[in-house]
Amino acid sequence: MATHHSRSAARLMMAPAVVLLLGWMLVPLTMTLYFSFKKYLPLRGGDLGWVGFDNYVRFVSSSAFWPSVLTTLTIVGGVLVITVVFGVLLAILLNQPMWGQGFVRILVIAPFFVMPTVSALVWKNMFMDPNYGLLAHLWEFFGAQPVEWLSQASLQSIVMIVSWQWLPFATLILLTAIQSLDSEQLEAAEMDGAPALMRFAFITLPHLGRAIAVVLLIQTIFLLSIFAEIFVTTGGAFGTKTLTYLIFQRVLESQNVGLGSAGGVYAIILANIVAIFLMRIVGKNLDK
Amino acid sequence: MGQIKLSKVSKRFGDVEVIPPLDLTIADGEFTVFVGPSGCGKSTLLRLIAGLEDITSGSIQIDGTDTTDVPPAKRGLAMVFQSYALYPHMSVRKNIAFPMRMAGVPAQEQDRRIAAAAEALNLTDYLDRRPGQLSGGQRQRVAIGRAIVREPQAFLFDEPLSNLDAALRVGMRMEISELHKKLQTTMIYVTHDQVEAMTMADKIVVLRAGVIEQVGSPLDLYHTPCNEFVAGFIGSPKMNLIKGAEAQKHGVATIGIRPEHVEVSSTAGLWHGTVGVAEHLGSDTFLHIHGVAGCDPMTVRVDGELPVKHGDEIYLTPQNDKLHKFDGQGLRVD
Amino acid sequence: MARAVSQRRKILFTVAAWSVGVLIFFPILWTILTSFKTEAQAIADPPIFLGFDWTLENYSAVLERSNYGRFLWNSIIIAGGSTLLGILVAVPAAWSMAFVPSKRTKDILLWMLSTKMLPAVGVLYPIYLLCIHLGVLDSKIALVFILMLINLPIIVWMLYTYFKEIPSEILEAARMDGATLKEELLYVLTPMAIPGIASTILLNVILAWNEAFWTLNLTAAKAAPLTAFIASYSSPEGLFYAKLSAASTMAIAPILILGWFSQKQLVSGLTFGAVK
Ligand SMILES: Nc1ncnc2c1ncn2[C@@H]1O[C@H](COP(=O)(O)OP(=O)(O)OP(=O)(O)O)[C@@H](O)[C@H]1O
Ligand SMILES: [Mg+2]
Repeated sequence: MATHHSRSAARLMMAPAVVLLLGWMLVPLTMTLYFSFKKYLPLRGGDLGWVGFDNYVRFVSSSAFWPSVLTTLTIVGGVLVITVVFGVLLAILLNQPMWGQGFVRILVIAPFFVMPTVSALVWKNMFMDPNYGLLAHLWEFFGAQPVEWLSQASLQSIVMIVSWQWLPFATLILLTAIQSLDSEQLEAAEMDGAPALMRFAFITLPHLGRAIAVVLLIQTIFLLSIFAEIFVTTGGAFGTKTLTYLIFQRVLESQNVGLGSAGGVYAIILANIVAIFLMRIVGKNLDK
Repeated sequence: MGQIKLSKVSKRFGDVEVIPPLDLTIADGEFTVFVGPSGCGKSTLLRLIAGLEDITSGSIQIDGTDTTDVPPAKRGLAMVFQSYALYPHMSVRKNIAFPMRMAGVPAQEQDRRIAAAAEALNLTDYLDRRPGQLSGGQRQRVAIGRAIVREPQAFLFDEPLSNLDAALRVGMRMEISELHKKLQTTMIYVTHDQVEAMTMADKIVVLRAGVIEQVGSPLDLYHTPCNEFVAGFIGSPKMNLIKGAEAQKHGVATIGIRPEHVEVSSTAGLWHGTVGVAEHLGSDTFLHIHGVAGCDPMTVRVDGELPVKHGDEIYLTPQNDKLHKFDGQGLRVD
Repeated sequence: MARAVSQRRKILFTVAAWSVGVLIFFPILWTILTSFKTEAQAIADPPIFLGFDWTLENYSAVLERSNYGRFLWNSIIIAGGSTLLGILVAVPAAWSMAFVPSKRTKDILLWMLSTKMLPAVGVLYPIYLLCIHLGVLDSKIALVFILMLINLPIIVWMLYTYFKEIPSEILEAARMDGATLKEELLYVLTPMAIPGIASTILLNVILAWNEAFWTLNLTAAKAAPLTAFIASYSSPEGLFYAKLSAASTMAIAPILILGWFSQKQLVSGLTFGAVK
């Protein structure tokens, strides 16, 4: 199915999407690069001229830089591990014979529909608040000292909140993948004498490879740029300042666009490193 | 009305030349069958004619007009696909109407043609079903119905029966042949089933690796295959090809004899061997015989029932006037 | 699975799955319950689960404080508009990739996805400036467009994986039957891909509805959607749990209901080609 008619039609039909995304990538990118070489303070004099690599040097040498990279990677990595591991377990559980499977699925999918601002607010106030939060009551009930979640275990708390939001997504994709597994394969393995754990390791898990790759890719895309969860809960305090948030503070709070733009370029580089890494895995998996 | 002429048509996919330049003329009203082993380029050739693929070089004329650059819809050809390619979201009626709807045929005329096609194909009771609710044979008929109503200059079939079970295949084979007799429209039919080729074709085109090996009527190919490949490909069971001393006696590299042209005896004959497998079909008996020099096993077909079994000694004599001779290049020698 | 499942196993799994389900759903349930309590009951110690006096006072308070209808309307326009626009752009692109693939198809697809990795914050200021220059700051049209661009790679990918499942012979048949490209897309491909398109639309409406970076940073009074509505409760003067819960419930209810009603369609298409 490839005549020159259809090929030129194809090129034409690709054009809008490609042009739009190219514009979306290049225009702001060029502007960001431009600002990153300037001293640009919108509220304090505006464009104050070219400064070469000053912004870049200042941004990396700021004491907040490396911790923010580490925080970003910790959050992304933590959420990925939690959602994939629990996603697989949950998917297997949901795939078992039971009553009311549809209803359980409705319960499990729900967090995905909750906007990040709401889930952050709800978790922060109604669950993690050290005085009135439900978790504090629970701790007290067991005679323990309530934890000040968002200051004492801030990073873990954010990973938890974000994992809660993304677990449904991972579960659903993995569940669909599990359901597509030919049950005859499992039965054959059972006939061959493979115990349940072996069947999981040698048949179910490899079958899920592709789905896991997809979950990793899509979640990473969204997790690299999580914002609302931090904005609402800690405002970047207590070691929860991701690279995204650091740049946000430079640009909006200190109104230093040049510095923020240099940070943006770093963020783009970081995203690309992660992207290349991911694309490798996923690209390979997409071929299968 | 439906003459198709290919001149120096070739096709490459990237670096691979799937079809080297070939010439072929299909006369108006002719039932032409393309046969050949899997991957030899039958579908590709058909799709080139349909316009679903561009030709790399050469030209295709339909009724004397060059259609090389004409899009598929404008070539006046209808195609029936191996997977039927019915539109799953449309009823049978809508499926059949689709090409007419695209061509802007008036509604009344559409209804008339749908009714006629449904009548001819025994689909009248199924017109309001979806393809998913039909059996394989019925789906096949819908696909043919969709082709008929366009009143095309020629029909193209790509292995239309290969998804059907054996019994249905025989029935549909007849229906398509009858359709051809009735419509008298040019048909090009791709198959790798040589029974279909022999029974349906006015003209068979044997392809190997994109090259036309021979063109002719079914009996032409049966009686005078132009080379060893065609000899082996047409006819079932396959022709026995014998090399070595036995062929030397006739002064050629290879001689061929069809299984049905070998006389069997338990006492005397030209060749001698042992029965390996004997297949008793009732109507015929197929013997696979080991030990004949230059051809192992040799296949022999005997009419009716012959009481031999594995391990029996047997004597064979070819009918001399039915011998085929081939030279060192595998070409026919007369 | 012709095997008789032992009743006990089934009971066990049912209990386990329901427990996990309720646990995961609990934060939402708790929020909804709290929204019907008085402020005092909302922070009562020990917490009250069901035995409280149901009241609607929080909802009326929230409605009094802010113009919920406008936020809701903005959310609908932004989420719906960006998704539909995205579908319009993505269907042809996905058609090309699925049915006229070339060596570069996969690269283009991965490149598209990689644009999604562009950290929004890195380009916030340029976009902000562009919006000011074009006079579209705090306008729905700007957000429709931006969210369309953000979700476009996802839309293209989902549609692509869906279209790839459709045998190309059917489209070729349409072509032989005289359908133009437009007719082929309109009468054959799109109807066949309805489940996939529905699922794509649902997912992207959800994503756009919940998007909380651009919607927070590029809107003020006029175009602010529900994300902004709820963000205004993020620094409560004192703690008003019940009102916060009411506002939260109002912000998530529309999409939660939509999601629940359409979860079958959503889930069926949510494979990204991960399931063969
Ligand atoms: N789009 C394509 N790109 C590259 N190679 C192709 C393409 N289509 C077909 N080929 C190659 O061209 C050759 C001929 O293919 P074709 O489908 O015409 O064979 P065929 O004779 O119809 O076989 P079959 O009987 O199995 O259907 C094959 O080797 C095939 O791999
Ligand atoms: Mg073929």
